[in-house]
Amino acid sequence: MKKTFTRWSLRLAIIVLYLLHNDFWLWDRPTFMLGIPIGLLYHIGFCIVTSILMMVLVKYSWPHHLDSSGKEE
Amino acid sequence: MTIAVIFIYLALVLMVGTFSHRLFRGTGEDYFVASRSIGPFVLLMSLFGTNMTAFSILGASGEAYHKGIGVFSLMASSTALVVPCLFFFIGTRIWALGKKHQYLTQVQYFRDRWDSNGLGLLLFVVLVGLIVPYLLIGVMGGGITLNQITNKKIPEWVGGLLVCGVVLVYVCYGGMRGTAWANTFQTLVFMTLGAVTFVVITNRMGGFSNAIAKVNENLLMHGNQVKPLKLLTYTCIPLSVGMFPHIFSHWLTAKNAETFRYPVMLYPICVAIVWIPSVLLGVLGTVDFPNLKGPQANSVLVMMIESHAPGLLAGLLAAGVFAAIMSSLDSQSLAIGSMFTHDIVRHYGFHNAMSEKQQVLAGRFFVFAVLAVTYILSLVSNRSIFKLAVWSFTGFASLLPIVVAALFWKRSTRYGAFASIISVVVLWGYFFVKGWQTPDYTVADTGIMPVAVILVASSVTMVIVSLITKPPNRSVIEKFFP
Repeated sequence: MKKTFTRWSLRLAIIVLYLLHNDFWLWDRPTFMLGIPIGLLYHIGFCIVTSILMMVLVKYSWPHHLDSSGKEE
Repeated sequence: MTIAVIFIYLALVLMVGTFSHRLFRGTGEDYFVASRSIGPFVLLMSLFGTNMTAFSILGASGEAYHKGIGVFSLMASSTALVVPCLFFFIGTRIWALGKKHQYLTQVQYFRDRWDSNGLGLLLFVVLVGLIVPYLLIGVMGGGITLNQITNKKIPEWVGGLLVCGVVLVYVCYGGMRGTAWANTFQTLVFMTLGAVTFVVITNRMGGFSNAIAKVNENLLMHGNQVKPLKLLTYTCIPLSVGMFPHIFSHWLTAKNAETFRYPVMLYPICVAIVWIPSVLLGVLGTVDFPNLKGPQANSVLVMMIESHAPGLLAGLLAAGVFAAIMSSLDSQSLAIGSMFTHDIVRHYGFHNAMSEKQQVLAGRFFVFAVLAVTYILSLVSNRSIFKLAVWSFTGFASLLPIVVAALFWKRSTRYGAFASIISVVVLWGYFFVKGWQTPDYTVADTGIMPVAVILVASSVTMVIVSLITKPPNRSVIEKFFP
């Protein structure tokens, strides 16, 4: 039950991240943060957050059955 | 100096690629999928290197020159999310099926999954047709880069020939293992050189903050350059990775399913490392070279290097571009060679009874044939071929419902798959005729990319036709969904 919940929560997180890719709130803002245009900084952060989400996905939702399925023949 | 650096680099690639031959086991499985023995780091580098083309270095900076930082969200961060998900949900499953049933090509899997020779043949034709422009772009890109970076001292045909020749030697000699090793080396090269180029040029421009302050503020936001609907629907383009024959081949090389962990986790970081310098240098190029029109902007990076750091850095940049080109071209030519060998010659000519030696020999012959035909086509094609890149990706991405249905939907039928492929061919042809001459074409100028429309249509077609046709045989279901 807990595993199923985690699996579906992580799939939901991917969809949320996909929606957050569309940063319409920064569309017309040429301002800088940390010396980088904020629109670019947001998407650099997006890549880092995606990588972290993938780490969580690999840790908690890995398809372990596939490791053995390849050894059948 | 520039030419010397390029030749040293090409010699190193040849050494790495051919060195792998020492581990060659003489079997077809070893030649085409490295005996499914590739570890996590090499898999990450070879998958990433195969996906990054010359466009990621030169094209990205050219696009950023016109459209600003929005290019990063449009083409890089979307890829950073979509591609690892494809590795996780599709790549791992394809690997397991490939290992279990000893598949060496995409067509072998789909032909078995829907128990249909006709479907396999149709897919073969469509996949080869879509990849030809992609191959051509690589060879022509090599020639053009070398020509520009050496101030036209080396003609374009020599650059293309060099790229094809080097790839031919290490792919024929080293097979998939040579390809994966050479890809790893080349990926490390272009990831490092992008960062080095960025640091050197921004330093010569008086520091990054100083240089970026001079850029027109319209290029520092999405603004009018990127429409919101385009950003939303452009995320469909990286779905093409799920149907690329060369990526499919690389998936099959993994040692075990766990090998995919590194590529899934680190792919987004690798994307950022390559694209940040390319996009920022493109934007900064507007300061030094403010009046470049259309495709002229694709040379902005070369022009900035000539202006700020000629000689060694120009040679290193050319090496980086060659690395990006060859790390895609090698995998593509091997994948197509493998498809001709297994899906046509072995399946129809030998009824699958082909010796290991014959498989390797045929594979080498077809790699040579693919590269020779591509090179000859590159001599007679004009540069409008570069417009075909996004259309090639559109076609592959639109075929994604086929692999999703094959893996996850027991009730999907061969007729559903047939109908889905035909819907892609028809709609792709329709949009191609309407839009290929129009830069940045979107459906009725709404910002919606054609790929989104074709993808929806092919998915719906797959579902409806599958549901109204006879369910697949129980034996097929038991084979793929035990």
